[in-house]
Amino acid sequence: MGTKVRHTWREVIRSRTQYLFISPFYILFLVFGLFPILFSAYLALNKWDGIGEMKYVGFRQFQFIITDPEFLDAVKNTFIIWAMANIPLLCCALVVAFLINSAMVRFKDFYRIAYYLPNVTAMVAVVIIFQSFFGNHYGFANYILQKIGLHEVAWFNSALTVQMIIASMIFWRYLGYNMVIYLAGLQKIPSDLYEAANLDGATMWQTFTRITVPMLRPIILFTVMMSTIGGLQIFTEPQVLATLQTPYQGSITILLYMYREAFKFNNFGYAAAVSWVMFAIIMVVSFLNWRIFKPSDDR
Amino acid sequence: MRSETWKKVTIHLILLIGVAVSVFPFYWLFVMSTNTTSAVFAFPPKLVPGNQFWTNVRSVWEAVDFTQAFLNTVFVAVVITFFRLFFESLAGFTFAKYKFPGSKVLFFLLLATMMIPGQLSLVPQFMIMKTLGWLGDFKALIVPSLANAFGIFWIRQFAQDAIHDDLMDAGRIDGCNNFRLYFNVALPILRPGLAFLGITAFMGVWEDYMWPLVVLTDSSKFTLMVTLAQMKTSHTANYAMIMTGTLLATLPLIVFFLFVSRQFIAGLADGAVKS
Repeated sequence: MGTKVRHTWREVIRSRTQYLFISPFYILFLVFGLFPILFSAYLALNKWDGIGEMKYVGFRQFQFIITDPEFLDAVKNTFIIWAMANIPLLCCALVVAFLINSAMVRFKDFYRIAYYLPNVTAMVAVVIIFQSFFGNHYGFANYILQKIGLHEVAWFNSALTVQMIIASMIFWRYLGYNMVIYLAGLQKIPSDLYEAANLDGATMWQTFTRITVPMLRPIILFTVMMSTIGGLQIFTEPQVLATLQTPYQGSITILLYMYREAFKFNNFGYAAAVSWVMFAIIMVVSFLNWRIFKPSDDR
Repeated sequence: MRSETWKKVTIHLILLIGVAVSVFPFYWLFVMSTNTTSAVFAFPPKLVPGNQFWTNVRSVWEAVDFTQAFLNTVFVAVVITFFRLFFESLAGFTFAKYKFPGSKVLFFLLLATMMIPGQLSLVPQFMIMKTLGWLGDFKALIVPSLANAFGIFWIRQFAQDAIHDDLMDAGRIDGCNNFRLYFNVALPILRPGLAFLGITAFMGVWEDYMWPLVVLTDSSKFTLMVTLAQMKTSHTANYAMIMTGTLLATLPLIVFFLFVSRQFIAGLADGAVKS
């Protein structure tokens, strides 16, 4: 045993340059990653305004969070916006990728770049551009509605329409991103599968549902995971959208709620507790995603 | 044969509608930047470019110090990108090509850190910056972002396939120490991987909003995104000007992307399929 330990130590010393080479990340993580998380766990149990004394309150802040109507509203809004944006987004991305990938289509590069372009636009810019489409009386969206013979909509007057505005931003910005990922997955599906389907006289819809979707399951899981983790942390959209001090109705998300508690009302301990609740929500949802979309072994 | 042609036309038609949806907001941004606010909010809205661009540009510079915000953003983005590429390629190369005690555990830990959502440490990180006296300083933006787990993972995957062991041995015979092996042997081979990583790093800093908003206190240090949001809240009435600022703040990135798009999309796709 003793010689083995000594041997390991000699190895460690001999590998000191390797440890040096990988050290920057670990040092940064200890200082700006691990320590903050531990500190955050401690803060969550204390009432603290950031300047005065901390006051230990145990789990009382958590109790308050899960019964605060405003927080519950934030959770509801976050999920509504997430579903409104991501379900059509992922479906459309998959269909577009499938169409681009179909053997008949040329100019694949052109399509890929054109669809990806929105993702290069910063979210702050997206919010500014999209806000100008929507107005209570005027605006491009109402113009279109009027043109096709519908009534104009007072977009900022109801929670549902505000959520639709935010969802449209997310849809626009992330369609190309997800499409490019699906396309990469599609190109890995062996083409003889498609040829066989073609010989058997399968329609495009059959090919899509019987070959494409099952073969893409792992990639679909990846995109669902990514969009869930990102979607539950919506912040920039409602924050920039609100010209006034308070966000528009229906647009307070969990992260915006936490941000306001911390940096507007100086409830730092409370905000830390919110971040843990949010973490728990993300974990549960990710787990559910994984259960639903995991590649099954029996295929 | 004819049904095939119809199918083709239909597919292209659907795809082109999607392209129009993707591109129209850019056109709209351009139209609004070249018109007056009253023209763009008129009903029906104006849909052709006007001649107010330079007036709007002048208003932007009167409202905020746009040059400063631009320089701030470029400075922070360049510094972070440089250090990230250096630290991440060094660590990724080391994980790919060396075995040392604990290397597996350390790499697993690195992957595990990617699962931790950032908002968990937002409040304490802010407190750390406050304690260090870094609030309002670029250090608060730069230092925590100098190395990133995803980048190390990415380079390791890339280096494993790309750098052959006999090349490393040849370098050793030539008397290279570990750093020279990294610098002279690995780095030239890693260049395509680094290009993708560098582009994402740069864009990430450029587009970041929440953290700069939290830690930057003085408007002379604001990045472009914080400046834009600021401009939007304080000059609501002049939306044409806000749109012009937005156009100027996003255009560099879009032009840059158009130049590197092929490489970039290939890199992005690779990463998703591998992981």
